[in-house]
Amino acid sequence: MPAIEMTTPAALPADWRDFVALTKPRVMSLVVFSGLCGLLVAPVQLPFVLGFTAILCIALGAGACGALNQWYEAEIDAKMRRTANRPLPAGRMDRQSALHFGVGLAFFSVLLMGLAANWLAAILLTASILFYVLIYTVWLKPRTAQNIVIGGAAGAFPPLIGWVAATGHVAALPLLLFAIIFLWTPPHFWALSLFVRSDYAAAGIPMLPVVAGFESTRRQIFLYSLPMAAAAVAPWLLGLAGPIYGGCAAVLSFVFLVLAGRVGASRTTEPKYMAAEKHLFAYSVFYLFALFAVLVADRWLA
Amino acid sequence: MPRLEDEIIRRQRERAKITAWLLGAFVILLFFITMAKTGINW
Repeated sequence: MPAIEMTTPAALPADWRDFVALTKPRVMSLVVFSGLCGLLVAPVQLPFVLGFTAILCIALGAGACGALNQWYEAEIDAKMRRTANRPLPAGRMDRQSALHFGVGLAFFSVLLMGLAANWLAAILLTASILFYVLIYTVWLKPRTAQNIVIGGAAGAFPPLIGWVAATGHVAALPLLLFAIIFLWTPPHFWALSLFVRSDYAAAGIPMLPVVAGFESTRRQIFLYSLPMAAAAVAPWLLGLAGPIYGGCAAVLSFVFLVLAGRVGASRTTEPKYMAAEKHLFAYSVFYLFALFAVLVADRWLA
Repeated sequence: MPRLEDEIIRRQRERAKITAWLLGAFVILLFFITMAKTGINW
């Protein structure tokens, strides 16, 4: 079984594509996008090369998180269909390579951020990597159903880091962007965990649907969507963003609440019939992209 | 096992090539960062 293969070195040196896969490129795209938006809405314009380097560092930091997460969870990944073909559980890479790659990438990204942007941005990047790896992956994820509620903070750092890389200080708007992603994370992940519940149960991860059941998870999805929607329109209500953002945020959040309401009303326990949950999951990704894109557009058009 | 050895050498070469390209890109990036930090405009 993969668990044995993973403890012995792979027969071949890992292909470079496996190192890329280790960084979870799809997750990285949302991280990079939100970091870029934090940078673009900041009132200070960095020289292009410094802005590019700051975003590169956020991407590399996210890649380090992905690599260290896969290094730590290799045996859990082997038990889930969704993750069984990753480089470590599939036996295409040995664990030590993944660990060295992840630690190296983390150090490199922090050092480069400090040199190119500023050391406060580098400290925040360090905090986000440590939070994701130690607090979320090692401590919370295998222990509590609140894992993604608290762990969501790790994914909320990028816009804050982007802003601080440009300005050198923390302000109200990037903190609100942090809050939006923090509050968006539970409905997003719980919608996913409803239709892949059996995977999480097989791997022994205490995701909310596994420990509290479908009905409670659906209720929590809707309840968490309410403060998320409030946080989404808050930049406009507080005068930190213009009416273009305010109107779009209100419409986007209303649709989110409608879809979350449909999930709340759903009673099915069969993943293949969970259309409402799949719609909410897909929409939640679009929602965050659209919300942040509109904020940048609002700033630049104002 | 000549085939396995060939594959090992092919992968090592491929990785070495990519590492070299990345190092080269990093040197160029550091050069431009230094220019931007010192305020030199082109």
